[in-house]
Amino acid sequence: MNQFQYTRPLETAGAVKATAKDPAAHFLAGGTNLIDLMKMGVVVPEKLVDINLLPLKKIERTADGLRIGALVTNTAVATDPLVMKNFPLLSRAINAGASPQLRNVATVGGNMMQRTRCPYFFDTMMPCNKRKPGSGCGALQGFNRMHAIFGASENCIAVNPSDMNVALTALDALVHISGPKGPRTIKFADFHRLPGDQPELDNNLQKGELITAVELKASPFTKNTDYLKVRDRSSYAFALVSAAVALHMEGNTIAGAALAMGGVAHKPWRLKPVETFLKGKTASDAVFKQAASIAMEGAKAFEYNKFKLKLAPNTLIQALKTAAGIAS
Amino acid sequence: MQQVMPRKKTPTSADESNQFTETRRDFLKQSSLLTAIALTPASVIKAADEKWDQKFAGIFEKVSLHLEVNGTKHDFLLDPRVTLLDLLREELHLTGTKKGCDRGQCGACTVHVNGMRVNSCLSLAVTNEGKKITTIEGLANGKTLHPMQEAFIKHDGFQCGYCTSGQIMSAVACIKEGHAGSEDEIREFMSGNICRCGAYPNIVNAIKEVKEGGLS
Repeated sequence: MNQFQYTRPLETAGAVKATAKDPAAHFLAGGTNLIDLMKMGVVVPEKLVDINLLPLKKIERTADGLRIGALVTNTAVATDPLVMKNFPLLSRAINAGASPQLRNVATVGGNMMQRTRCPYFFDTMMPCNKRKPGSGCGALQGFNRMHAIFGASENCIAVNPSDMNVALTALDALVHISGPKGPRTIKFADFHRLPGDQPELDNNLQKGELITAVELKASPFTKNTDYLKVRDRSSYAFALVSAAVALHMEGNTIAGAALAMGGVAHKPWRLKPVETFLKGKTASDAVFKQAASIAMEGAKAFEYNKFKLKLAPNTLIQALKTAAGIAS
Repeated sequence: MQQVMPRKKTPTSADESNQFTETRRDFLKQSSLLTAIALTPASVIKAADEKWDQKFAGIFEKVSLHLEVNGTKHDFLLDPRVTLLDLLREELHLTGTKKGCDRGQCGACTVHVNGMRVNSCLSLAVTNEGKKITTIEGLANGKTLHPMQEAFIKHDGFQCGYCTSGQIMSAVACIKEGHAGSEDEIREFMSGNICRCGAYPNIVNAIKEVKEGGLS
């Protein structure tokens, strides 16, 4: 691991100042991803700004929902009674990721900042436009079994590895950010980005900006939810494909749907056209099959991930059936 | 081992026999320190002046750390790159905690920090200021083994034993968290601890027995 300056600010403003003018400075929260990347030489920060003493560790009720501080651990979010009652999809998604040891340390903000698990990104001997812009994409013609089927570019076909992000996208969360130019709030769906010709950028944060909280507005999606994650072993593995499904059911009728998929794109993949299609429909196998075919429009596979073209719609159908209560 | 310097270290004969190496190392350290000062950017000096930080350390500078490990308080001055795992093993010689993958994938390094199980390999030691650490060495009460240790022996919850300290630390936390309600739940919440010998069924049996109040 490279040597670095280490600083531990007490105030958010201090943390922002400590990184804003320092191009190779990194925030350090739980460290479960960053320390690993530093050991591998994938990320080489000249300065670590340890933000663990910042006052961002509370889950608070707002007038119409919840505000979750960026430093709340994944375990604390997943086991919070208000989250479990009002946003069960989020709790389920978090518990589907990593291991209890990692969730005890990993934070909400850190989970959002998690880098891809593409093996070409991790291997510093391989080309990777995300790690080293302009060096090429090793996965494009390489071993691309885990890779994207939506929104990829010729520069990068990596996927976002987070489960939490998929649920927060479906639930229309808001992201509160502090930065050198003051605070701002953006939609969760606008936080992560597609690779395009700048795959080195995972998200739309500007230099020196720090995530301070995630906010969730009360929604009718409290009962009929499912997070279905398909992976190579039954636990503690990254998703091949996952589906976050929250339905607002009135009897058998779908009054509203919130849907996103994981393991399929560079960002959590929101399924807006499918949500529109499902509104007002009666839950049935046939309707959900149609929904899945809409979801798969525009999908494109590479040599080793063609199985995702079948796995993704099947995963979505199964999660929809479970959420609607018609799974056999 | 990375650079760890305990305070008030008493010289030993081993140190003396290494005199030449140490001298050379000291020279390297001093010259590096001068370079580091010369390279310190103005923004860093400004940060220190304005007192934004509770802690600040330039490159090559050591950071103070206070920890309570298995009930004993320790003070350290250490390179901020040192992980909690390396500190426990290399400095405190608590080698019961194992280094498996060193990447948070195997769970062999599991310890309790303020009562929560964590992967000590992915935690920089300096980020644990003031915390209470429990390792496998701190689990037994004198010569009386912890019920989970007894249960692992009774149920043959290991073969080679390399993952065992991590498994036991994780298993104790698993019950405390309330995640040992069924075999499926135990398997799910023990999935962060890999056992290459495949002692999983026996590990599950050991946890079940302790959960049900046996061997306590």
